[in-house]
Amino acid sequence: MKTFSIGGIHPPESKLTASKAVEKMPVPSEIVVSMSQHLGKPAKPLVKVGDEVKKGQRIGEADGFISAHIHASTSGKVKSVKSVPHPGGNYSLSVTITTDGEDTWAEGLNTAPIDWKGLSKESIIEKIKDAGIVGMGGAGFPSSVKLSPPPDKTIDTIILNGAECEPFLTADHRVMVESAVEVIKGLEIITSLFAGKAKPYIGIEANKPDAIEAMSKAAKGTGIEIVTLETKYPQGAEKQLINAITGRTIEEGQLPFDKGCLVHNIGTAVAIYDAVCCNRPLVERVLTVSGMEITSARNIRAVIGTRFSDIAAFCGDMTEKTNQVITGGPMMGRSQFTLEVPITKTTSGILFINNAGLENSRERTCIRCGKCIDACPQSLEPWLLGNEAQFRRFDEAEIYGLANCTECGSCTFVCPSKRELVHWIKYAKALVNNRKQRKTA
Amino acid sequence: MEPVKLKVSYAPFVRSKDSIESVMYNVALALLPATAMSVYYFGIPALLVTITAIAASVGFEWLTDKIRKKPDSCLDGSAFVTGLLLALNVPSGLPLWMVVVGAFVAIVVTKHLFGGLGYNIFNPALVARVFLLISFPVAMTSWTVPFSVDMQTAASPLGILKTDGMAALSSFSYMDALLGKTGGSLGETSVLALLIGAAWLFYKRYITVSIPLSFIGSTLVFTGIFYLIDPTTYASPLFHFLTGGLVLGAFFMATDMVTSPLSLRGQLLFGIGCGLLTAVIRLWGGYPEGVSFAILIMNSLVPLLDKWDLDEIKAKKQQSLTTA
Repeated sequence: MKTFSIGGIHPPESKLTASKAVEKMPVPSEIVVSMSQHLGKPAKPLVKVGDEVKKGQRIGEADGFISAHIHASTSGKVKSVKSVPHPGGNYSLSVTITTDGEDTWAEGLNTAPIDWKGLSKESIIEKIKDAGIVGMGGAGFPSSVKLSPPPDKTIDTIILNGAECEPFLTADHRVMVESAVEVIKGLEIITSLFAGKAKPYIGIEANKPDAIEAMSKAAKGTGIEIVTLETKYPQGAEKQLINAITGRTIEEGQLPFDKGCLVHNIGTAVAIYDAVCCNRPLVERVLTVSGMEITSARNIRAVIGTRFSDIAAFCGDMTEKTNQVITGGPMMGRSQFTLEVPITKTTSGILFINNAGLENSRERTCIRCGKCIDACPQSLEPWLLGNEAQFRRFDEAEIYGLANCTECGSCTFVCPSKRELVHWIKYAKALVNNRKQRKTA
Repeated sequence: MEPVKLKVSYAPFVRSKDSIESVMYNVALALLPATAMSVYYFGIPALLVTITAIAASVGFEWLTDKIRKKPDSCLDGSAFVTGLLLALNVPSGLPLWMVVVGAFVAIVVTKHLFGGLGYNIFNPALVARVFLLISFPVAMTSWTVPFSVDMQTAASPLGILKTDGMAALSSFSYMDALLGKTGGSLGETSVLALLIGAAWLFYKRYITVSIPLSFIGSTLVFTGIFYLIDPTTYASPLFHFLTGGLVLGAFFMATDMVTSPLSLRGQLLFGIGCGLLTAVIRLWGGYPEGVSFAILIMNSLVPLLDKWDLDEIKAKKQQSLTTA
């Protein structure tokens, strides 16, 4: 059993939906497809109000190198193109589609599976780009860019991230159990891009024995190594996963490819298979709907753009005790102010919770217990970074490794004084970035 | 249609159950066996001293919060623990008004004048003890004999050693010292009860082994060297382990989170410093007991030990910037 070497915590796993098969959610009468579902610049909308769209039709054009195409997730008529609430916490330009219930694919898409082995490297990357695939674990980095590292970087390790270390979330887990073959094929496609020079791994936390079994079975004879990882947060964070599997450490300012590694999410691998072999753009995804306050917690497959309110209704509604709705996991997710927000390519889960801690969440002074230092997987001094941020000493914060924080929240989880450490760190990072942008502008 | 009002807050949305309260009250719980033993040996006076110290500490905490216009912190457990530790650091026969003076020095002077919980440089209970020891030397060294009906007093084993030398210790029993049947402050007596409490804190992971082990270890090594050189002048390391405030200090006072270093290296140096100073004061100092002074002296070095670690991080960063 492997694990990352420094820090980490054990939050309650709360995997309520681990044994629940993925259910397909019917397409609602209206969907909201955001133009910002990825890292980088938002896509430029290609449709206007009143346009008829088909499922899989491109309705947003990638704007620049770090950006991604957006597709209509079902057939229908464009109702509006305007700025609406986005699960990122802000507003974003989105195409609202009144669905026709037919769910008809656009011409030439959703074809019978073909063998990818005859395809050239360039055409595979082109297909991935056309399908608008981005990292589905949460960051949303365009996959075609990630798969084309600078020529001077040699990739010798490809890791598929099946750790799913966030409490509650079970989407990747269920995909590994139910779509093991597609996951393996997706990983084989990725590996083929590096001409057999890279060794493929799939890292899975030990609390998913059925996924480990399914993946081991499907991986037989493919040269893919299934690595069992200790159940510890943040095992699935990119830097920690690389450290656990290869023993390498990504230093400050480095990217995984600087250490010969490439990490992809389980869902992304399936999306890559769908795009390359079946000409299916990324228009739907598996996500976990969970938390103590949803009547029927489950894993669902929903079209991108489905509103949270529709999903809540599909899962038997939330209880009156709900006071927070979270996108993503409880460690790194975001709380929402409205249920009108839609799911995006990166929505791995929606949690309906009663956060009792909200009522008495006064930040108190640091008692120097050192728990945050022990918990930090990046060997930082979170208490100090928190202080520097609070007192707006951003230069000092940078010296003490501000940029090296992965925002996993372990420090904040363990703090007995309930300091909002990771929030202060994010705040400092945002201001430092703003300042840098102003300098370059 | 939204049936409930959604609240927005910062991630993470799950937090551990640890809080200042849980840390503090677990320390208090860990001190319960030692407190119970002291009441068993010294009777009602010990109980009165304990209750007075805790009540006065919590009262002063409440009062200072009011004066400083700070949110109420008197029930967060830290003043409770300070009071309890103060009680365990004084003789059972100490006049109660002196206990109140001690609580004032601990809470108002040592803690709040330095900024309150988390900002004090020195351990509040220890400053109070040393303040009382210097101000009221007779009252602070009149140790009641265990089980005495008429509050008969006697010197502590360390006191006997200091004034009369090794020869006077012929009747000293290691077993009595382990169980606490000797003269001493409330909490200095039963090593066994203290170790049981410390085991609880290790189990709950509220303290780490680095400080207590390096503290006690260096005391034992240092006193052991001199015992080997001349056993007729110097007491055995076991004697030093079982008497005085070494165990209380090493497990419950030196490990105070606020006044001890953050890094492992800092903690080890801190512990070794405490141990050496304790041994030096015990062997050659004017006072028979040196644990309080040793910890307070090392407390004053904690900011320096922490700064050393941070300076190294800074230096590393600057180095990487120049090479890049």
